[in-house]
Order: sequence, then C-alpha cells, then structure tokens
Amino acid sequence: MAYSNKVIDHYNNPRNVGTLDKSSSDVGTGLVGAPECGDVMRLQIKVNPDTQVIEEAKFKTFGCGSAIASSSLATEWIKGKKVEDALAIRNTDIVKELSLPPVKIHCSVLAEDAIRAAIGDWKKKHASAEPVTVETAQAKA
Amino acid sequence: MSTTAVATPTNGNAHASVKLPIYMDNHATTPVDPRVVQAMLPYYTEHFGNAASRNHQFGWEAEQAVETAREQIAKLVGATAKEIIFTSGATESDNLAIKGVAEMYREKGNHIITAATEHKAVLDTCKRLEKNGYRVTYLPVGADGLINLEDLKRAIDEKTILVTIMYANNEIGVLQPVAEIGKLCHEKGVLFHTDAVQAIGKVPVNVIKDNIDLMSITAHKLYGPKGVGALFVRRKNPRVQITAQIDGGGHERGMRSGTLNVPNIVGLGKACELAMNEMAEESKRLAYLRDRLKKKLEDNLDEIHINGSMEHRLPGNLNMSFVYVEGESLLMGINDIAVSSGSACTSATLEPSYVLKALGLGDDVAHSSIRFGIGRFNTEAEIDYVADKLIDTVKKLRELSPLYEMVKEGIDLKKIQWATEGH
Repeated sequence: MAYSNKVIDHYNNPRNVGTLDKSSSDVGTGLVGAPECGDVMRLQIKVNPDTQVIEEAKFKTFGCGSAIASSSLATEWIKGKKVEDALAIRNTDIVKELSLPPVKIHCSVLAEDAIRAAIGDWKKKHASAEPVTVETAQAKA
Repeated sequence: MSTTAVATPTNGNAHASVKLPIYMDNHATTPVDPRVVQAMLPYYTEHFGNAASRNHQFGWEAEQAVETAREQIAKLVGATAKEIIFTSGATESDNLAIKGVAEMYREKGNHIITAATEHKAVLDTCKRLEKNGYRVTYLPVGADGLINLEDLKRAIDEKTILVTIMYANNEIGVLQPVAEIGKLCHEKGVLFHTDAVQAIGKVPVNVIKDNIDLMSITAHKLYGPKGVGALFVRRKNPRVQITAQIDGGGHERGMRSGTLNVPNIVGLGKACELAMNEMAEESKRLAYLRDRLKKKLEDNLDEIHINGSMEHRLPGNLNMSFVYVEGESLLMGINDIAVSSGSACTSATLEPSYVLKALGLGDDVAHSSIRFGIGRFNTEAEIDYVADKLIDTVKKLRELSPLYEMVKEGIDLKKIQWATEGH
C-alpha cells in the first residue's frame, strides 16, 4: 500500500509523543480503540484552567502508519487551541490533510474520538470542582 | 519498489554492502534460479513444439522435454513419472484433487476432512463442495499449529472419502504429521491428499513413506517459474481415480486437458532436479540463518512470541509476533525488507490471519506478527541487516505504543474495558 508523504513524515517524525500525568486535574486522557482491532490511541491534553487553552498535547498509538499519523496530526492541531475549538476538528479534516484512502478512514475517526475522549475526561474532572454550565453539560451529552 | 540502494548502517553496526531491498518472503514466491531459466529458454524459441504433436520432430522434442521433467519431479518425491499430471499451479492441483475425488467417489460417500489452517485453495474448494451436498469437517489445530491424530481418527466415518491436510503451512511453516495421517487414512480406506507446495524441495517428501495418494506441487515456491504445477495421483495401492475438471483434448491421460506449457514444465523439472541435489545442504544453511535471526531478535527484544511449533517446522520459516506493535506499522518501518504480516491491515479482507487465530492466538497477537521466509538467495549479511533493522523499528514503535507502556507499568490489558464496537 502506498502512503502519502504526509503519513510517512508523521510516521518517521511523530509529533508530541509522550505521556502526561493523568492524575493531574489539568490533564485529560482519552484512550480509544482496542488491541484486538489493531488500533489503540491514547491522547492527552493539558489545559490552562484560566484560558481553556490546550497548552500541551501528547499521544501514544498502537496501530498502522495511518493511525500513528492521524493521532500525531491531531496533537499538532489541538495544541494552542481552546477546548471548544479543538472539538470542532472533524475526522474528514484529517482524511483530507493526510490523503487517507477509504480503508484508512477509521484511523481518522479514532483520532477524532481520541480528541473528544481526552476533552471529555478533562471536563469530567472539572465538572465536580466547578459549577456545571449549560455549555459543558451539552458538550458532555 | 524499483530503487536499488546500498545499505547504510543505521545503528553503528557495519552492514557491508547489503543490496536493498532484501527479499525475505520466500513463502509467497521464490525468484527463479538462473539455472532454471537457462534450461527453459530453448523451449521458447528453438524447441517450441506442441508436446501433443505426435508426427514430427518439433512435437517429439517437446514431448521428450516434458517426459524428462516428469521423471525429475517423480524422482524428487518418490513417485513414478506416470503419476505426475501437469497443471497450471497448486491452486488448480488442489481443485483437481479435491473436486476430482469428490466427484469420482460420490457413490462411496460425501464426507471430506481438512484442517482450519489450510490454504484458501483447499478451504474454498471444500466450501464449494459443501454447497453441492458434501459434508466437510474442519479439524482444529493446537497452539503448535498441528492437528491431533485422535481428532482425525474420530472424524473419519463410513461416508469419508478424502482427507486433505497440507504438508507444511504457508504462514507458520509447521510440518503436519503427514506420514501418520496417511497411514491412518490407508487403514480406514480413505484417500489422502496433501498440498505440499511449501515442503517440496525444503524437506524430504516421499509419497510412499508418507502414504500420500494425491499431492499438489508448484514450481514458483521452488525457484521455478510461476504458472506451472503438478498433481501426483497414485497409480497403485490404491489406484486413485479422479474426474477431470477441464474438458478438452484429453491430455495428461484425460485428467487435465490443455496444451502443455513446455518451457514452464522444463523449469519445474529442472527446479526439482536442483532441489534433489542441493536440498540436504541448503536446508542446513537455511536453518542456520533462521536460527541466527531468531536468536538476534530474542536477545534484543522482550515480549516476542514464536507462532507455531519450532520443532516441526520448515528450515527457512520464522513467524514471530512483536507484541504491542502493529504489523503494518512495523512493515512500514522496514520498508527496504520484503516480509509479510498477519495483521488485518495488510490483508484484503481486513481480518487478521485465520491461521494465527486457529492457533488460539488473540487478534492482538495476530496483528503483531511477521512472517520471514528465508530462501536460497538470502545471505548471512542480509539476516544481520534484517535483525538490526527490525530491532530498531520495534523499539521505536514500542516507544510509541500505549499498550507497551501500560504493560510495563503492570496494567493487565485484558482487564481494560476496550470499546471494540464500530471498529
């Protein structure tokens, strides 16, 4: 299978590989996929509580080259974005950027799921500490 | 891949001028031995006759060449020349053997026994017969990849007409207890077919000692050309009959019509002759290279898993799972080396290898598997290059693997609730 140059670049030089302290209240962790399916992505974000800006994003992925590239790209895109803006990222954007073939679209779906799961986890941590606003309640639903 | 480059050492080890890319996928196909090509060439131009032309020299020459090849093949497997029927390859041989027996012995019974790890050429042929009123038993295999003879004994009933079990598996290289299977079949009066394409020329195969009644052979796994194979059909004790699946001019004693592909047949014969002369030495060398690769990988990586029996295995085969690393991403990292993976992502069906699943391996282990097929033209320098490159890539990908990190932290992955739906 031929990979696009962008997939190869992310595979060879993955951005933002690593681990954040998942117990920190500013960190949200998303773990999506399953080993039996051949893809597991863990995406973590560190959010500035005052500005709601994602200051750090880290990932680790078990999966094919396209899965690695999708999650690497996702961390690149969400870093520096406000949480609500990060939620606007769609898997189709990832498909377009990486020129993923149809059989690899699920990799991009998983990356979008990982962003949502990480943000969801971060919001959950804050839901108990802070009053739930209408906005966050909707985002969780 | 059309580029040819000279390897540059990636990790400080000197890989003196290994030519890239390296081909180490010899279970898929083998390069044609130059000696085989040389033997074939005159039969395209000078001696181009039709082996069925009985009335002129061109035909006689072609016929003579075909009969020489028949002798060469027969000699390698302990058969007689008359028991060798030429086909287009092992898929056709499997179809002809199984469907040919099923049709011929329909009055006697309608039950066929095979194994879960057979090649699709056998499994899909059996599935076709199931649609036509035949009953098929798919024997399970153990973690070593071998069938249990007791299972086979129990599966044979009064309606059983054929047992078809491969000699050596194309993914994990394990050698089934063929002689015992054949013996059991003969005791029960059941015919025994084996797809021996991976075994012939790699390990000693003898249709008499191994109690084989029908055997599929192909040239392109044996340093011969693609598009030619043969079926051994036993002529006595018992005399096996098959119904032809291709109708026409009655070639190959009526069992397989169609003008013979003389150059390819000459190539198959020559490949068998070379194997006859060189197999003993070559298998020792391949086993040495395979064991060297295995040791290097085992010495430098943890969490690796050998798939299938090491004891009953082809000398050139190694099938290993690099757990917590996905196979396709591993192949991407070693893209100057040609090997195969059992990962779903590398298959057309997006399902992980059914052979590895039949061993009882979880899908996660199947996703992490790599098949190395070491062959006649691989060198020790190539083995060392492959080992080092693989070690580097596995380590790099494990740095990226959340699963490897979790396991190292002592987390039991089986206790995690994975969201498996929808993927």
